[in-house]
Amino acid sequence: MSGAAQVTKRAKYKISVKDPGTPGALRMNDQKLMFMPDNRNSGAKLVVEFKSIQGHKYTKEGSNKPPLINLANAQGGSYIFEFDSYADLHVCRDFVSKVLEKSKETPNAALEKSAVKLPDEQLSEEEMQLRIKLLQENSELQKLHRQFVGGNILTEAEFWAARKKLLDRDPSKKSKQRVGFKSAMISDIRPATDGRTNKVTFSLTPEIILQIFAEKPAVHRAFLNFVPNKMTEMEFWTKYCRAEYLSRTKNYHAVVAEAAEDEELAVFLKEDDILANEVRKKIRRVDPTLDMEADEGDDYTHLPDHGIFRDGTKESNELQSEHYRRTLLQDLNRHAAVVLEGRTIDVEREDSTRALAEALARSKRGNEGADNNANEERLDRTPRVAEIEDLQAPHCLPLAPLSIKDAREYFDSQQANTLKASRDAQASMKCSLSKQEAYGSVRDAISEIKDMGLSDPIVNPEVALKVYSGLTHNISSIKYHLGKNPRETVLDRLPSATKEKLLYHWMSIQELLKHFWSSYPITTPYLYSKVNRLKDALSNIYPQLEEMKESLPADLRHQVSLLVRPMQQALDAAIQHYDADLQKRSAKSGEKPNGYI
Amino acid sequence: MIFKLEDVTVYFPYDNIYPEQYSYMLELKRALDAKGHCLLEMPTGTGKTIALLSLITSYVLSKPENPVKLIYCTRTVHEMEKTLAELKLLHNYQTRHLGPAAKILAIGLSSRKNLCVNSRVLAAENRDSVDAACRKRTASWVRALAAENPNIETCEFFENYEKAASAAVLPPGVYTLQDLRAFGKQQGWCPYFLARHMVQFANVVVYSYQYLLDPKVAGIISKEMQKESVVVFDEAHNIDNVCIEALSVSVRRQTLEGATRNLSRINQEIERFKATDAGRLRAEYNRLVEGLALRGNLPIADAWLSNPALPSDILKEAVPGNIRRAEHFLHVLRRLVQYLRGRLETENVEKEGPVSFVASITAHAGIDQKTLRFCYERLHSLMLTLEITDTDEFLHIQTICDFATLVGTYTRGFSIIIEPFDERMPHIPDPVLQVDLVLSVLLSCHDASLAIKPVFDRFQSVVITSGTLSPIDLYPRLLNFHPVVSRSFKMSLTRDCICPMVLTRGSDQLPVSTKFDMRSDPGVARNYGKLLVEMVSIVPDGIVCFFVSYSYMDEIIATWNDSGILKEIMQHKLVFIETQDVVETTLALDNYRKACDCGRGAVFFSVARGKVAEGIDFDRHYGRLVIMFGVPFQYTLSKILLARLEYLRDTFQIKEGDFLTFDALRQAAQCVGRVIRSKADYGMMIFADKRYSRHDKRSKLPGWILSHLRDAHLNLSTDMALHIAREFLRKMAQPYDKAGSIGRKTLLSQADLEKMTNDGSINEMLY
Repeated sequence: MSGAAQVTKRAKYKISVKDPGTPGALRMNDQKLMFMPDNRNSGAKLVVEFKSIQGHKYTKEGSNKPPLINLANAQGGSYIFEFDSYADLHVCRDFVSKVLEKSKETPNAALEKSAVKLPDEQLSEEEMQLRIKLLQENSELQKLHRQFVGGNILTEAEFWAARKKLLDRDPSKKSKQRVGFKSAMISDIRPATDGRTNKVTFSLTPEIILQIFAEKPAVHRAFLNFVPNKMTEMEFWTKYCRAEYLSRTKNYHAVVAEAAEDEELAVFLKEDDILANEVRKKIRRVDPTLDMEADEGDDYTHLPDHGIFRDGTKESNELQSEHYRRTLLQDLNRHAAVVLEGRTIDVEREDSTRALAEALARSKRGNEGADNNANEERLDRTPRVAEIEDLQAPHCLPLAPLSIKDAREYFDSQQANTLKASRDAQASMKCSLSKQEAYGSVRDAISEIKDMGLSDPIVNPEVALKVYSGLTHNISSIKYHLGKNPRETVLDRLPSATKEKLLYHWMSIQELLKHFWSSYPITTPYLYSKVNRLKDALSNIYPQLEEMKESLPADLRHQVSLLVRPMQQALDAAIQHYDADLQKRSAKSGEKPNGYI
Repeated sequence: MIFKLEDVTVYFPYDNIYPEQYSYMLELKRALDAKGHCLLEMPTGTGKTIALLSLITSYVLSKPENPVKLIYCTRTVHEMEKTLAELKLLHNYQTRHLGPAAKILAIGLSSRKNLCVNSRVLAAENRDSVDAACRKRTASWVRALAAENPNIETCEFFENYEKAASAAVLPPGVYTLQDLRAFGKQQGWCPYFLARHMVQFANVVVYSYQYLLDPKVAGIISKEMQKESVVVFDEAHNIDNVCIEALSVSVRRQTLEGATRNLSRINQEIERFKATDAGRLRAEYNRLVEGLALRGNLPIADAWLSNPALPSDILKEAVPGNIRRAEHFLHVLRRLVQYLRGRLETENVEKEGPVSFVASITAHAGIDQKTLRFCYERLHSLMLTLEITDTDEFLHIQTICDFATLVGTYTRGFSIIIEPFDERMPHIPDPVLQVDLVLSVLLSCHDASLAIKPVFDRFQSVVITSGTLSPIDLYPRLLNFHPVVSRSFKMSLTRDCICPMVLTRGSDQLPVSTKFDMRSDPGVARNYGKLLVEMVSIVPDGIVCFFVSYSYMDEIIATWNDSGILKEIMQHKLVFIETQDVVETTLALDNYRKACDCGRGAVFFSVARGKVAEGIDFDRHYGRLVIMFGVPFQYTLSKILLARLEYLRDTFQIKEGDFLTFDALRQAAQCVGRVIRSKADYGMMIFADKRYSRHDKRSKLPGWILSHLRDAHLNLSTDMALHIAREFLRKMAQPYDKAGSIGRKTLLSQADLEKMTNDGSINEMLY
């Protein structure tokens, strides 16, 4: 239930006006009112359905009386609530009167109506505007809307529920495809020199900044820590660029010296400890068939000083500058890994760098859990990789099984359709020959020809012509009409009014059927009533179609009926399904035919 | 499918089999029948591993009276996991058809680091600290102390394992390392010790080369393996290098400094024990008098890396008298360290044989050969006596003792090289670094047969197999053994699914090469870059590039970065790079695969002879093209290599040039061979160096590559290669008949096989 369809207020429940009352919360929605006392044990808990309420009275503001409301029930009793203020009383009073009015409106159908009532939709101004705009732009939509919503066949909500996509057009809500990181390295923010002075300019865009954050978690952390408390954003990036410039010069001694002087600068130059941790975590989860780290642990020649040095494979110098040595290769690997991970946040939506940094931090935290599942899936795949593919018949592809709740029902209805269609097709050409008879007649004919030669016509020409034209009638007529212009469709041959009508019917049938089929299986009384409404609307279309056909000149009628036939079939199928379902239901629920399940 | 191979019923877990797999099995079976060693070369991508596994397991099933154990050696842990995964597939198939009778126990064995489940131990960073952390909790004396003092931490997994005693067994099945860990966690038993224990009973053991070849490890892990075992060295094209590395030791100044620190620490310990528990030292002395044979009785958790390559008779000898007392031994070590330090004070390169080196030690330090030989063993015993658990702190002195033992044991096949050694490539001009020259004494092993000899002697059948063992007659000479079967198989292809090309010229028609005089030419780097830029734009999914060395790769990537070529490459594919940091490389590879999986496409830059080239497959979409930039020659100015070449020439009459070319080309072939996994797979290989077009180089490539290398593809420029690549990719995209054309079948079903066996045409197919 949406918030507006329900009211909750503090109130005291009184049995009589003199009663001091039990304090608690009064909650009302459009079906019933509930009172929950603060003291759970007081036993004054109350649940009353609105349909049993006959009327209501309340105290007027300005009188000396406390704000009271008195709800009288059908049996002559009453429920009295005292509110904290008159404002609360008014809210509740309005709500109660609205609900009571509604149930009075259709006193007979009260039961059904309340059951059918759709979750009240509270539309914001904006959404309303959007819908109106959509209707204005699209005349077909408008027509459908007028017909079904105006004709009370569909509710407003139902109509739009089938068109969620259109409503999502709002740019802020629409999820457009996210663009990943660029493959090219951003460490290519090449410093631009103007050639005259010694000034070096780096330019950073939000895009680049995001990528820096993603690739260098330490910079990201530093940003969150330093900006804006310790330094301004500008200072931060100046420092960063300086560090970049330094490491670009490849003068490790200068790097070490600078880093020793300025600890903030050192952050950018040092090895990234967050990355190192992440790496340690990730290495545990790699595919065991390529885990070279495990080898390292197994290989006894990796004891220091064992084995032969080959092409510098054993580097073990402990220079201090090692700490500050970030190689291009590492950068490349890191970059590619980040690109592969993909982007989780959208640059355009974050207006400041700070917000960007925070969004990234959030999304990182969110991602951690998701990783595990993906990894387990990969591990499962490992044994399959061990197989040699072409020695074995291929594995079945991972198809999602079709989920049909009641297979019999589904196939029965399908079969009925096809049977009927084929019966329709056969009906025009009756043939009562069995196989043996046909074979016999052909043999007779052949032997006859053998005896007599082909002098006489084998088949009676009139019969042959009849069969031939019967068989080819449809083909030839369509061919005849279409042959002239391959672009022209049958529709174009029809008068424009008829064409419009046909298209219109087709559209409305589709709309109705869409709603019809989507309401199965019927699980709530609401759906039941919806289906009833739809079925009525569907059966109304038959005479309209017939009427349209009859109004046409004879030569077009055949073609139109060809076009109409699939529509009718679709309608038939729906109605058949409806009847079958109804029968099953009534069989199940015995004497309660009325939507109560 | 199930079929008869002579008298063996083979259970093969697939519906079809390649003809070469069939003949591979046949040869293997004959070798097993003859109880001899064999050497089999079969191209990558023809399912060697599964053929081998199913033949050997089926062989055992068919002849239950003669239970053969399979010891399967892989070079890397990830290959181990892959092998076990294939074995699991096979085992499931066999048990499905034979029921519980086919049940076997197969385990992978690795170090503590890869098997430990104790989270506190695992927190340690590298293998050695994990080992030490484990010992700290499981050594017998620690546990004895812990029994009295509950504050001393032990490992609950090990305690549970010990408590379960003989009940701690693995039920039959195939266990990868991951499975072992899971089982250990579930039972609360230590998977490492459980696996170590089960090695004796397992039908199949999969572990790394080192466990058999490195005498230090083999001594403990593999000593109980029965003679009736089949030892398989998979991907064995580098086996000679592994053997050599296992027996080479280098000593640097840091090592000596560390060793000195270790010695003073040991001295303190000895003093402490003298004061508190003198009986312990005396007991050790007595034990040493009786000989080292007692060593075998140590509790399992105390045993650690044992001595290098001691001939078995040495174990029966008693430790020489002059190092039986702990203080005396300490003095000997001090003198040895002092002597080595003296030898490092040199500015020239010196090269010496072990005999003269030992003579010089005897003369200057007064340590004779026999004493040297026992150093490692004696140190081991001393450290146990002193109850030292943080063994990773004592690596330096272990290295020294290791060195001493090797020098004392072998008189030939080794040389001692003393050189002012620059750890980085000497040809990188970096004035800052050249100050830090490192001096080292290197004990370098040249004779690959030394390490593998015990294996050949001890086991009934040793199978050496790889995709590239060309020329196949060289290996028996290098490893000094006599195979009963030595064969190289061709690949029968359904379609031309590999496309090797030799690219000699760049887009500007100038020659490209990594020859020393050309490699720094900017034109070559640009041409290589242009080649890659063109290729990334037409080849789908993954591309792998191999460079001749890390330094060359660094250099060329920096050049490409500066000239914007890298940026152009990145417009088409993501770039991942192998670095010398294994962890980073592993993650880069993982990401590379992800990028190929998701369709983004990626390029992987790697180094021939690097870790990736050794064991990572780039099959299917993970590698549609592999480019070998240059010829991966070894660094020919290296003293070690020169010494080895000299040794090879003198001992085996192998010419230096021949060996170098052989070595370079097998590396290149190994690199490019990683792209094919099955006949349904396809891939291109570009050899980008003008030297490949020369016959003497090219002819060293394995036959299965050569047979697809057309004459028209021998001398290409970038544009021509591009054209060929386009054509090839288009052709590969067409549907084809998997079973092969009418003439020659490339995929046999069970029915085919039976028919061919009956009418005898099977032999025709094989030869």
